[in-house]
Amino acid sequence: MDMSIHRDTPTPLTGAPLSGPMAGPRFSRPVALSLALVAVAALAPWLVSAYELNLLARFLAMGLLAMGLVLVWGQGGVLSLGQGVFFGLGGYAIAMHMKLAALGEGELPDFMVWSGLDALPWWWVPFKSPLVAILGVMLVPGVLAALFSWAVFRRRVGGVYFALITQALALAFATLLVSQQPSTGGFNGLTDFQTLMGVDLGSTAAAHGLYWLTLALVAGAFLGLRLLMNSRYGMLLRAIRDGENRIRFLGYDPTPFKVVAFTIGAVLAGLAGALFTLHAGVVSPALVGVVPSIEMVIWVAVGGRNSLAGAIAGTLAVNLAKDGVSSAFPDLWLYALGLVFVLVVTLLPGGFAGLVGDVADTSWAKRLKSIIVGRSK
Amino acid sequence: MGEWPLIAGQIFNGFSVASLYVLAALGLALSFGLMRVINMAHGEMLMLGGYLAYLTLQVVPGPLGILAAMPVAFLGAAAVGAVLEATLIKRLSARPLDTLLATWGVSLILQQAARNLFGAIGVDVRAPQWLNHAYTVPSGFLEGLTIPATRLFILAVAFAVMGALSLLLARTRIGLLVRAVNQDRGMAAATGINVRAVDLSVFCLGTGIAGLAGVVLALLGPVTPNVGQSYVVPAFLVVVLGGLGSLKGTAIASLIVGLFSALVQILVDVSLTQVLLLLFVIGFIQFRPQGVVAVRSRALDA
Repeated sequence: MDMSIHRDTPTPLTGAPLSGPMAGPRFSRPVALSLALVAVAALAPWLVSAYELNLLARFLAMGLLAMGLVLVWGQGGVLSLGQGVFFGLGGYAIAMHMKLAALGEGELPDFMVWSGLDALPWWWVPFKSPLVAILGVMLVPGVLAALFSWAVFRRRVGGVYFALITQALALAFATLLVSQQPSTGGFNGLTDFQTLMGVDLGSTAAAHGLYWLTLALVAGAFLGLRLLMNSRYGMLLRAIRDGENRIRFLGYDPTPFKVVAFTIGAVLAGLAGALFTLHAGVVSPALVGVVPSIEMVIWVAVGGRNSLAGAIAGTLAVNLAKDGVSSAFPDLWLYALGLVFVLVVTLLPGGFAGLVGDVADTSWAKRLKSIIVGRSK
Repeated sequence: MGEWPLIAGQIFNGFSVASLYVLAALGLALSFGLMRVINMAHGEMLMLGGYLAYLTLQVVPGPLGILAAMPVAFLGAAAVGAVLEATLIKRLSARPLDTLLATWGVSLILQQAARNLFGAIGVDVRAPQWLNHAYTVPSGFLEGLTIPATRLFILAVAFAVMGALSLLLARTRIGLLVRAVNQDRGMAAATGINVRAVDLSVFCLGTGIAGLAGVVLALLGPVTPNVGQSYVVPAFLVVVLGGLGSLKGTAIASLIVGLFSALVQILVDVSLTQVLLLLFVIGFIQFRPQGVVAVRSRALDA
């Protein structure tokens, strides 16, 4: 896929074409293609059923998280097995607000009443305000991710160690949510939302509006991340991935670069979690623990860890397959998912985007293309 | 029961949890030190050991069944480890993060296979009569402290395994080869050591020990398809704390994690213990990012 937006910018650092999946011919064609795709996707409310639209909206929201993983894992070489934590923080932030917004003065959410709580926990209180909730969706995961990753990266702990620590984070977060039942809703999570800022969530208009909001955010994040990956920052991030110590010798401190990437990934995961919660109408520990967190990585691995478009496609493909297979043959799904992990990683490390890139690079494909579209020079 | 027996009991619990962690983490640490890969399906080797213990006890009931189960579980898990190493891990040895994901896939498949074969609820392995009792301190300031025999048995197994392993590494020719490859893979290969065979045998040894751990684990609770999962994440943290491939580091880190969890549980509930353990690990690496026992090396990208 094409990433060299800055092809004609004067600085040599940003202008140099990159090797592998980052290299590409020109700026205009993929962008035109993306615009066309977004336009078609925007028509989806009239093309597919309400149920399918809801599925599509959920998976697009997850695509936001997947694009964050492209930055963190594909570009930064930092494998996070704890993205579910940030997804969950975003989801719970918006869910807490909706729970509180449905209440009258002095009332408590139903599950708190059942567990015998007589006052709102202090950390629930600020989420009464819609502004705090919306900022919280991004800031809570962002700040946590920045502090966490800074503490680990500054001591030059990375690679496998970092992956294992993020997995422990996912385990701790999910366990905490389940065990603090009176204030988190426990295993069932938070559900049964009525309105968001006065809009009835059950209405068709809300479903369409939320879908378009998700699509717009996905498109915006896509463009933003593209710019970032083609900037000087993106180049340094890749350089750190490929040789952290060499970059140190050149006088850079890799820590802030990795912290920024991880934080952006977490903010996108938080947004994804909030949108997913709105579409699905529920957020629960089952969506945020160790197992879902590592599944998020496989969406990106399938699509292509260095390709933003691939990450979205991979997320859609894996989740559609899961929806189709796991409802009909629940046992089969786990075997299939396990095999996907093994096969994609061993045989197709670039994911399907890498495969498409490889095919496009073969001489017969180039010849075919020159026949169809004329000379590319 | 006063305060002292409670604290002493938790310290004992800490040691017994630590002995489980050390059995689970030894294999991970050995192959991580040697090949820089982490096997996410390691927890399923524990599970496999548990199910093999269950099957062995079907064939060999009676008081010594559990002793018969130990070599069976060791060999069974080592055999599965051999297949895993030869088919998957060897291909990915230069890509540690990808190994993590691929072996996770293996763990999903193994868990689902166990679910289909043995059911999701799990099977019970009864402790034999000679382990099925507890020692209680009759008097003194530790009056009322109860120590189950199974827990003592687990401690004994952990000590025996560690003793055997350190003898193996320090005194035998195989140990010499392992240490050579651990120190400098390229040089070891240049002197004619079959590095691949060393990798394979260490990996098998590690999964075998995990299988053994599965047997003792089965004495504590039912063997379920995801029994390994609950022990493997702390075992990963032990590897993070322990330092690269050091036996001593792994043992000390297991003790730290086991005692920390057990003692913190006096004050807070189990779920908060996990959060505090994670914070502890992050705090610990601020002071010793290289782990409890640092391996000295002049190599930059070790």
